[in-house]
This record gives sequence, C-alpha cells and structure tokens, in this order.
Amino acid sequence: MSAPVVPLTDAPGSAARKPSAARPAKAAGAKPRVQHKGAILAFVLPFGALFALFYLVPIGYAIYQSLLVIEREGTFGQATQVFGGLTQYILVFQNGPFWESIGRVLAFGAVQVPIMLGLALLFALLLDSPLVRGKKFFRLAFFVPYAVPGVIAAIMWGYLYSPNLSPFSAVTENINFLSADLVLWAIANVVTWVFVGYNMLIIYSALLAIPAELYEAARLDGAGQLRIAWSVKIPLIMPAIILTAIFSIIGTLQLLAEPQVFRSFSSAVTSTFTPNLTVYSTSSIPNFNLAAAFSVVLALATFILSFTFLKFTQRKEPK
Amino acid sequence: MTPTPGKSARGIRSMEGKTPRAQRESPFARVSAMVVMGVFTLYFLVPIWWLLVAASKNRSQFNSTNPLWFADFSLFENMANLVAYRDGVYLKWMLNSALYAGGGALVGTLIAGMCGYALAKYNFPGRELIFNVVLGGVLVPATALALPLFLIFSQISLTNTFWSVFLPSLVSPFGVYLARIYASASVPDELIEAARLDGAGELRTFFTVSVRMMVPALVTVFLFQFVAIWNNFFLPLIMLRDETLFPVTLGLYAWNSQVNQIPVLRDYVLIGALLSIIPLIIIFLLLQRFWRNGLSAGSVK
Repeated sequence: MSAPVVPLTDAPGSAARKPSAARPAKAAGAKPRVQHKGAILAFVLPFGALFALFYLVPIGYAIYQSLLVIEREGTFGQATQVFGGLTQYILVFQNGPFWESIGRVLAFGAVQVPIMLGLALLFALLLDSPLVRGKKFFRLAFFVPYAVPGVIAAIMWGYLYSPNLSPFSAVTENINFLSADLVLWAIANVVTWVFVGYNMLIIYSALLAIPAELYEAARLDGAGQLRIAWSVKIPLIMPAIILTAIFSIIGTLQLLAEPQVFRSFSSAVTSTFTPNLTVYSTSSIPNFNLAAAFSVVLALATFILSFTFLKFTQRKEPK
Repeated sequence: MTPTPGKSARGIRSMEGKTPRAQRESPFARVSAMVVMGVFTLYFLVPIWWLLVAASKNRSQFNSTNPLWFADFSLFENMANLVAYRDGVYLKWMLNSALYAGGGALVGTLIAGMCGYALAKYNFPGRELIFNVVLGGVLVPATALALPLFLIFSQISLTNTFWSVFLPSLVSPFGVYLARIYASASVPDELIEAARLDGAGELRTFFTVSVRMMVPALVTVFLFQFVAIWNNFFLPLIMLRDETLFPVTLGLYAWNSQVNQIPVLRDYVLIGALLSIIPLIIIFLLLQRFWRNGLSAGSVK
C-alpha cells in the first residue's frame, strides 16, 4: 500500500535547516555529473562490501581451492597443499556417481518443474477468473505450505509415506514411495507441495497487474475465459513465468535438504543422491579440494543452465 | 453429415458468444473449477492437519487411533515435554532461528534497499556493472557458497559461531534487484529534488522520504529473506557443530535422524515441527497486504 504521492511537505524536520544547505540544482539540460559521491558510497558500500566478502570472495576461494592437491611425503608424512592444475577437475569428470546425481536432478527438474509451474499457472488463472468463489481462502490455503521449511516438510512427508505410520497406510502398504524406484518422485512431490503456492502467487500478482480493459475488449469480442487466458493473459505474464522457471531450475540443481532428511527414512537415498549431497559428503571425508571442484562445476552448470534458459526465452519473447 | 448433439451444442454456444455477455461462465466450468480448487485444498492442507492431530496425541495413541482425527487432546502436555526436554534446547533453537532470520532479514533488507535505491536514483559510473554483477549473484545459488564459506571461516576460526551463519545471510542480491525496480517506479525524482531544495541531505532524504514510498517492496524483501534464512539448511549444517547454536530446522533434522536410536524423539520431532511453522504463518498473515503489493510491483517490469 504505497500512498500514491506523498505531499512535498513531508520532510518537515529538514525544512528547518534549509537556508544554509540548499544545493544549487544543476541546470536541467547539462550532462549529469556524478553528484552526491559520498551519499552513493554510503548507500552502496554496506551491501557491496558484504556481497564481495560473502559472494565474490568465496567463489574465488572455491576456484583457488579446487586447483590444489594434497601431497604427502610417504604414506604417513605431513600433508601439504600444492598447486595441482586441473587435477581435481579431472577427478570430477571421472566421478561416475556425481554425474549420475546430475542426471538424477535433471530428470527431476524436467518432470517436476513443468508440473509445479503448470499447477501454479492453473491456480493463478482460476483465482483471476470469475469462476472461483472464496479467492482469499484458496490463496492462503495454497500458500501455507511455503511457510513450512523444506526440512520440516520432508520430515512430515517422510511419515506420510511410511508404510506403517502413515495415515494413508492403505496406500503406502501397497506402494512403497520410499523405494529406490519411487523415492526421487516422492521427493518431487514434497518440493511441489511446498512451492506451488509460492509460484502461484508470483504469477497471480502479475495477472493482477494486467489492466482490466484488456479483457473487456476481448470479452466484447466474445472470447471465453479459456480464450482470454490463453491469448491475453498468458502472453502478458510470460516474464513472471520465466522468473519462476529460472528460480525453480536453480532450486532443483541445488536439492539438498529434502533428500538429506529422506536418508533417515529410506536407504535408497545415498550420500551422492544429488550433486549437493555429493559436495557435502565429499567435504565430510574431508576432501575439501575435490568438494570445492564439485561446487565450482555445479555452480557453473547452474549458472549456464539458467542463463541459457533466460536467453532462449527472451529471444522467443521480443520485448 | 450428422453432427453429434455435443458438437452442435458447442457450435451454438460459440455462436452465442458473438453477442456480448451472452456467454457467461457455464455452470459446468464453475463446478469443475471449484472441484479442482477443493481437491488441491485437501492436498495442501491435509498434511498440516495430520501434523496437528499427530502432535496432539500421546505416544500410545499415535499408532492406535485414527491418524486424521483427535484422540485425547494432549497437545499442551506434549508441548511442555518438548520444552522441558534437555533443558529447553528446543526453545533455544527457536530463539536462534528468530535471531538468524529476524536480525538477518532486517539488516539485509536495509542494506539491499539502500543499494537498490542508489542504483535507481543516482547516476554514477559503474552503476550498470554493479547491477549486472548483483544480478549474476541472483543466479548463484546460496548453497554453492556454503562450502567455500566454510573453508574461509575455518581459516579464521569463525566456524561454529553465531556469526558464521548470520553474516552470510545478510546478502540478498534479489533484494537489491527488487528495491531498484521498485524505487525507480515509485519514488519520483521531483520528490527527492524537493527534499534537496528543503536542505535535506541525501541520507536523510532516503530515510525520511524515499523509504516510506518503498515500504511495500522492502516488506517483500524482508519477508522473503526471512523465509530464506529460516529455511536455510546447508549453511548451518556445514558450519555448526555446537547444538546450542542450531536453528530449529537443523535441530529437528538432527533429532529426526536419531529417532531409531531414541524413539521418544519422534514425539518431539512432530510437535517441534508443528510449532516451528507457526511463526512463519503468523508473519505471512500479518504482512499480507504489504507483500502482495510488493510482489505485483516487482513483476510489472
């Protein structure tokens, strides 16, 4: 709820110290010089410094660590880190379980992301149509799971899936959702359950921003709800859908909490089930250099995938 | 050619559609829409309902009574047991989560808002570069940073401390992105100029005038960062050994993985899980009208 225009007299305190400090406003036509350097610095520096410290430096450090190898003098000798070039990366590329885990999350994403976003889009369109009563209730009910942390959601669903503790034991006694074949999709269901409402909300907000006149025109032309949704609404909210898709792709490649929790429910979830689990178990060995190389490859893969997706969809979507 | 009844009916309906208002939503469409919404309401809420019911039972009834309906209502007893267990370590976890998420989101929103505002409202060399680097940061998943952060922090003996989880949580590139978009759309230059003419310094203008106009965006940033930190798992998992520093997610995870050895923990995990989601639901409800607006503002562009 932003007040549309705050009256200009809104800074009464500052009016008192007006005379001395009034800065001559630059003539409108002049090329803007860099004014207010101090202020800009004060605004940007806190975030900039923390961003550098906790984003850029770690990335650099991970790359640095991934280029080192441990060398020992003899079997029991002192371990020293020496520059090893791309040794760790060769190990990464030869590591079968890691690439299996990448394949696993890609399969997961190829199925789960479209289902999740499809449902989110459907619900958003329904909420935005005159077909549904009780919109406030549904919006909230669908969004509530987002308030459940991934770890907690996984614990909860772990019980719901379990053959003997589940309230749906009639189903779970016959279908073992925690078996090697199904556990990946059982996890996909947990992720979907948590995030559909969140994505629905982003798409729904985009729908609310479409001016109503646009529908009225289509409506007068005799277009039905389905037609309006398909030809008017969906093209207009494409940017929001793309945004949710990118965040979902990133999230999928980073899967960690849910499978980590499922390890205590199902032996089918191995310590290298997802790429991030591989990073974690490698660093617990501890083999930090190899774990760093895994991290770098994973971050790069994530970045490339989401960037490619962005470019690809932007080319299709002129604007 | 003998058109089937269904076909001809459809033909007629689309003919009618040519006249405005004639084709309102059919009862069939209404009913099926409501059925879809109803079924998925069950899908989203039954697990939470089950958790509430399960958390309200004592252990002997957990397996022996209807899992989706209450037996003897011992929710408060269970809560008391949970809080008393091991000198109230659960409360400590909740408090830690509140500090990590509340403090981190508050400071994080402030600095992201300031940075986004500067990127929107000032012209300076390197502005686009900074913005693009930050945007790149949005695409770098936080989990990819957890391991290198751990390695760095262990160099300076900062692992297993409050700060090892708190400090990295302050950075929200997405917050900068949203703040910038929102500030350029909703803080008029004339207003800033007017405040300047009134003699207000830049920082003062920001804190007294601009912040107010950015409130919906800032609340949104706060909320999503709060959730992100509250839900964060990898960073505390890799950083913390000392149980008294755990956020509630990590604590419950640790208990859950010991259920087989210590069966009593299952009760505590369930009731603890229930209690841990209540703060977030309350915050969502309280801030509803803010974040809805902030979100739509973010997606306009």
